[in-house]
This record gives sequence, C-alpha cells and structure tokens, in this order.
Amino acid sequence: MLEIASVNSFYGKAHVLSDLSFTVQRGQVAALLGRNGAGKSTTMKSIMQLVVPRSGQVRFMGHDLVGLAPHRVAKMGLGYVPEDRRIFTDLTVLENLEVGRQPSREGTVTWTRDMLFDLFPNLAERRNNRGKEMSGGEQQMLTIARTLMGNPSFVLLDEPSEGIAPVIVEQMARVILQLKSEGLTVLLSEQNLHFARAVADVAVIIEGGAQKFHGTLAELNAQPEIRDAYLSV
Amino acid sequence: MGFFIAQLLTGLANAGALFMVASGLSLIFGVTRIVNFAHGSFYMLGAYVGYSLMQVLPGAVGFWTSILLAGVIVGLIGVIVEICVLRPVYRAPELFQLVATFGVILVIQDLTLMTWGAEDVLGPRAPGLTGVVRIMGEPVPKYDLALLVITPFVALGLWYLITRTRVGVLVRAATQDREMVGALGVNQSWLFTGVFFLGCALAGLGGALQLPKGGADLLMDFNILTAVFVVVVIGGMGSLPGAYLAAVLISVLGVFGVTYMPQSTLVLMFVIMVLVLMIRPYGLFGRPEVAGEHGQVGEPERPIKPAGPRARMIVAAGLALLALMPVYGSNFTLVLATDILIFCLFAASLHFILGLGGLVSFGHAAFFGGGAYVAALLVTYADTPMELALLLAPLGAGMAAIIIGWVCLRLTGVYFAMLTLAFSQLLWSLVFQWGEVTRGDDGLVNIWPSAWASGTTVYFYLSLVICTGGILFLRHAAHAPFGYALRAARDSARQAEATGIDTKRVQWAAFALAGAMAGVAGGLFVFSKGSVFPNELEIARSFDALIVVFLGGVKTLAGGVVGGVALEGVKDILTRFEYWRLALGVLIIVVVIVAPDGLVGTARKLAERWGILRGAEDGK
Repeated sequence: MLEIASVNSFYGKAHVLSDLSFTVQRGQVAALLGRNGAGKSTTMKSIMQLVVPRSGQVRFMGHDLVGLAPHRVAKMGLGYVPEDRRIFTDLTVLENLEVGRQPSREGTVTWTRDMLFDLFPNLAERRNNRGKEMSGGEQQMLTIARTLMGNPSFVLLDEPSEGIAPVIVEQMARVILQLKSEGLTVLLSEQNLHFARAVADVAVIIEGGAQKFHGTLAELNAQPEIRDAYLSV
Repeated sequence: MGFFIAQLLTGLANAGALFMVASGLSLIFGVTRIVNFAHGSFYMLGAYVGYSLMQVLPGAVGFWTSILLAGVIVGLIGVIVEICVLRPVYRAPELFQLVATFGVILVIQDLTLMTWGAEDVLGPRAPGLTGVVRIMGEPVPKYDLALLVITPFVALGLWYLITRTRVGVLVRAATQDREMVGALGVNQSWLFTGVFFLGCALAGLGGALQLPKGGADLLMDFNILTAVFVVVVIGGMGSLPGAYLAAVLISVLGVFGVTYMPQSTLVLMFVIMVLVLMIRPYGLFGRPEVAGEHGQVGEPERPIKPAGPRARMIVAAGLALLALMPVYGSNFTLVLATDILIFCLFAASLHFILGLGGLVSFGHAAFFGGGAYVAALLVTYADTPMELALLLAPLGAGMAAIIIGWVCLRLTGVYFAMLTLAFSQLLWSLVFQWGEVTRGDDGLVNIWPSAWASGTTVYFYLSLVICTGGILFLRHAAHAPFGYALRAARDSARQAEATGIDTKRVQWAAFALAGAMAGVAGGLFVFSKGSVFPNELEIARSFDALIVVFLGGVKTLAGGVVGGVALEGVKDILTRFEYWRLALGVLIIVVVIVAPDGLVGTARKLAERWGILRGAEDGK
C-alpha cells in the first residue's frame, strides 16, 4: 500500500535519510524503530511531503507523492499524527476535531465525533475545553482523533507513546489494535520496543537514515544482536 | 454635559472605519504572517470606488449598495494582489513580503491618481441621513448615529464568522500552525486568499463608510495606516475585541484631543500606546508571539566572512572611481553622488541591526531625521558651527536610540517593529506639531556648511570620507566579537544567553550604534540640502531604508550599500516621469519575485552557478 523507494531527504545541508526503502502492506501495523536522531520523524514528514525528498519515490496506492502539497497527500487518505502533537491550543476539543474533518472516503471507515468519543472517553468529557487546558495524554488522544476525522485509510503515528503516563500508553495500544481491526493500515515510529511488540506485525529498523532491518517481529525477536546493535534497550 | 456626550458619540462613530481596517490587517497577519503595509491603500480604494458607484447608483438604496459593493470590489482587488504578488513570495525569507506590499502601495497610489485625479473628492451625503439630531442641546450628525449602529453589527458579524463557522475555525487554527492545517487536508492557498479577500473587503468597507464624513484623498492610505498600527498594537495582534476597544479608545481620545489639546492630538495617540505597552507588552488582548514556527528548516545561514583580497580590490577601485568623480562628473552628478552616499550610510545602519541583529525596525527614520533636526536646531538657535553640529547630531540620535531601544527591545518580532514605527511617528508628530520650536511643516532652513566646506566638491569629499568611514566601521563591528554576539543573539537567543552573552544588552548597544550612525547621515543630509522638513522623519523615509536593505539583501554585508545605490539611482531616473511611483512599485514587486535573496544574494548565487565565484561547498 505504501512503498518508500531510495528516498533521500535533507534538512538544509544535513543529509538525514539516505536511500531509505521499505514497504507497508494493506492492513498491517508496521513499527518504524530506531534511536533518537535515526530519522524516524523525518521519514514520517517525507511521506507527508512536509519534508520534500530530494530524490527517490514515495508511492501510495500506486501514486508517487513526492512534490505534492501536504493537503493533497492528506486528501489521498494519509493521516498524519505528529510527534509533538501540534494540537491547536486556543481551540476547543470540538473545534480541533472540526479542523480535521474531511468528507467520507470509499473503502475506509467514516468517523463521527461520537465514534471518536467512544474510542477516547476522556475527550467526550472535555469537549468544550481548550487544547491548552488538557494533559499530555489527553492531547495525544486529541491529535489522533483529529487525524481520524479526515477518514484516512492509512495512519502515520509519530511516537504515540512518547511522554505520556503508562496507563495511557496501554490505552494507545488498544486504540491502535482497534484501528487495525477496522481495516486501517498503520505506520508508527517508536523507540520503545515493548510498545511495538504489543501492537505491530512488522518492524523496520533505521539507523543514520538508512534501513537496517525489515521483517516480522518474530524474526526480530530471533535476532537479538540486531536489537542490541540498533535499539537502546 | 451635552457637549461631552456629543463628543463621545462622534468619537465612537469615528471608531467604525478604524476598527474595520484594523481588524482586516489583524486577520491577514494572523493567518499569513504578513504585515500588510498596503492595507491603508485598500481603505483608500474603498473610498474612491464607493464614490464612483454612488455617482451611478441613485437614492438611499444606491448609497448603501455602493458601500457594500465597494467592499466586495476592493476584496476582489485584494485577491488579485494576493495571487499575483504575494503567492510567489510566501516562501521568501520572512518579512520580505513587506517590501512587496510596499510596492503595492506605490502602484495603488498612482493608479488611483490616474483614475480619479489629484483633486480631493468630496464625499456624497447619505440620503435621508443629512443634518443633525440635537442630543441635550448639542448637534450630532445623523450619519454619525448611523455609523454607531452599523459598526457593532459588522463587529458581531465578524465575531460570528470567526468563532462559529468552519471557516473561522480554520482561520484560527491556521493562525497558530498553518502547516499542520495543511497536513490535515486543508488547502492553505485558498485559505490565504479567502482571508485576504475578507481583510481587504473590510478595509474597503471602512473607506466607503466614512465617505460622507471625510471624502476621499490621496493621502488617506498613510494617514490611516499609522492609526491602524497603533490600534492593532494597543488591542493586541490578532484580537478582534482588542481591535474594537483600541479603535474606540483612539477615536474618542482623538475627538477630545482636538477640543482640549489641539496642539498635541497626534502625540497623544502614541503616548497612550507607549503607556499601554509598558503595562501590557502584547496589547490589551494580545499574547506573546510564538517563537519558532513549525516548518521546514531553511537553508542554513551562510557565515559572513571578511572580504577576500579580490573583494577588497573591487571596493578600493570603486572608492578610487568615486574619489575621481569631481574630475569627470558634472556638478549635478556630484550632488546626486553625495545624496547616495548619505543614503547608503543610513541604509547600512539599518542593515546592521536588521541583518546582523535580526531586529526589524520600521522606524529607523527617527534617527536619520532626529540627527538632521538636532543639527538644524543647533544651527538655528545656537549658531553652532557645522563641525560641532555634525558631532552632536549622532550624539542626539544615539541618545534617542538608547531611550527608544530600551522600550522597544522589551518586545520581539512584529511587536518590536510596530513599536519602533510608533516611536518614529511620535518624533514626527512632535516636530510637526511643536511649531514654535521646529517651525512644523515649514521646516528649518538656511543651514549651510562652514565656508571651507561650502563648495559642492569639498562637501562631496567630506561626505565620501565620513560615509565610507561609517560604513567601514559598521563592517568592522560586524567582524568584531560584538558582531558575533549580535549574530548569536539573532540566531538563538537562548543559546547565546547560555554561553554568557547578555543578548538584550548587546542588542541595545547595536540599536544605539545604528541610531548614532543614522544620525551621522542625518547631520550630513541637513548641511547638503541647507534645510530639513518633517518628512525626513516620516514612515516613507523609514520604508525607503527598509526597501533598500531587503532589496540589496539582508544576509549580505554589502546589501545595504548596493541597495542604496540602486534605489537612489533608479529613483533619480524614474522621478522624471509623471507616474514614477507606478514604475517604481512594479519594479520593486518584480525584484522581490525574481530575486528573493536580494540583489547581492541573487547576484552571488548566479555568479556561483556560472563559476565566477566559488560556492560555499567548495569553500570548506
């Protein structure tokens, strides 16, 4: 469904992704693993075209995304949940959801506010609160809910478990599994191998912006030397 | 009591147009991060377009239809400007768009002059609303009462649009993080265009609504612009209630000022603004600017290196050519060259704080005009010799910069810029209204150099030595540890603080130095012209310097000088034509679109591509 082929991305003159390639199949939950600074967030942004790759291809359902405006990428059914959440702090929960709202799309779930409030009960209670009045965990839920309002068929989750309480991390894991059961495809980036083990089918490990491992989690578990080399445990 | 209430009502009525223009400016800034200098021009267009429509459409229905249509038409003109002028430069360095909007001002000024002529237009009376109503025995124009009713409705409509509709939600979201709004599937281009339409339509509406009160003239654009900046700063950037409150405050005080303190109406407005900002630095309802927007990381700053041997040779050759000018040039070219030299020093001083310090000042003319007036006043009232006056001019300008800098540097970004503009306007209004001392609009005249320097050639050499010295001194400061500290404070204030640099103090010192250097230029200017008028302190003068710095190139040291030569040279040619503003405006817009790195930056890029200069990569 998503194919990254020899992508090279830069921040100014800094070469962040070098010849990165991997694929994600429809219906999979894929975990993009790597240390701090390995290029996980840049990969996500390079898919969304928030960072435009200098070379290579990002194919989504057969179309090359490179060079498209981010709103066009979103319109094709890719939902992006940024690492630093980036909720609109002056807007209420309902207004944040409104910004994300897009028409329904063939072949994927059409989310309503009520469905999202079922998924994230905390948000229902705080629907008229402003973004800045919410805790980190609640903001994380809101940013996911906001992206789901666009009815994506593929969700990019950048470090969903970062900086939130363990009980909420568990809730995040349940949400991701539910998205999978609804037929959505998910690519999530993680430093936390335990979280990835709980939700992901396949893992892609990157280091220095290049792919070092691509396989199922069972295969990864069978090769502890890879884990030790590229992931801090 | 009746008089008091009548005054209050007039003040409230005057607030209407001001609020509409200010809220439009505020909306556009919030979403696009562009300070639209041309906003006053759209206000002016609204008045003229409304006037023409009223000539065609008869009766009360025609009158009100004309006002609405004027808003729509001006909004559409705004859309054309947004698509043709601003879209190509959204990706240019921040604040570069300012220069483009200044080009738009010039173009609209001349197009208005072409279409409607130079004569002031008398506004038609509103049918059915002529005459006055007596309130407690005092006459209040009926039209004022109508405005009193209309403005809150416009404000309410706007408030509903922003807080209760999807468009409003998107606008508010984009004000905070427009990239994220795009990533959620919203087409930013259309959002920007839509906001521009709305903002310009509001300005046009304001212009048309005030027709029966003030008519239309070609000075409306700048006149309202200052007041609008003040309103936006007092109310807080991006706050509609703030804009409304501040517009009422300024208008009511204006009306009472005319009655009780006719000599200080202009000054009053700025004094209030400074007072508000001392207590609430981001305006009544504003919030601190969010530092560091999310987005793509741009090209890293290219380090500024000391000139290499080849560059030194070019500069030396240029100076030699200049020094020989009396041999081959006419008297006229010498005068022009003196003007350009003085202007280059002025521009270089702004470049010093803007390019190296990242401090965008909209009011640098305060120090140029300030220096000029210090010298002129000294000569007029104390018979000071030229030599001493030239020394005291930078001292006076530097002192002013120390005081103004102390207040302004408490703020950052666009608030800093607007505050500097307000201070320069404060100085201007002081000079303009304090006629007993400054002779106001008549200016100070008969300020000639000492006998030995009175010849054109000698004065040219004097200017050459002082201006070159000043520019080289600024260049030297840029490469001194002080310059490093200044650049560090620009690039990362926190990091600089952590390494032990007192960033505010460094910026303050730089601001004072730049002010003093502008004062040197101002002093030289007075003696070269023999006179000085308040317009040396005007916004237009500050804008001249801004345009030069941006056109020349913010990120290059030579930018100020090259831009100065280019602008003064081009102006000298263009002002011979009737519609020179149009030509200059178009030229500025074209340069902004074609050469977003400025003249020097773009020339360097081209030279590198053609292999004349070594690129940054090879330099490592």
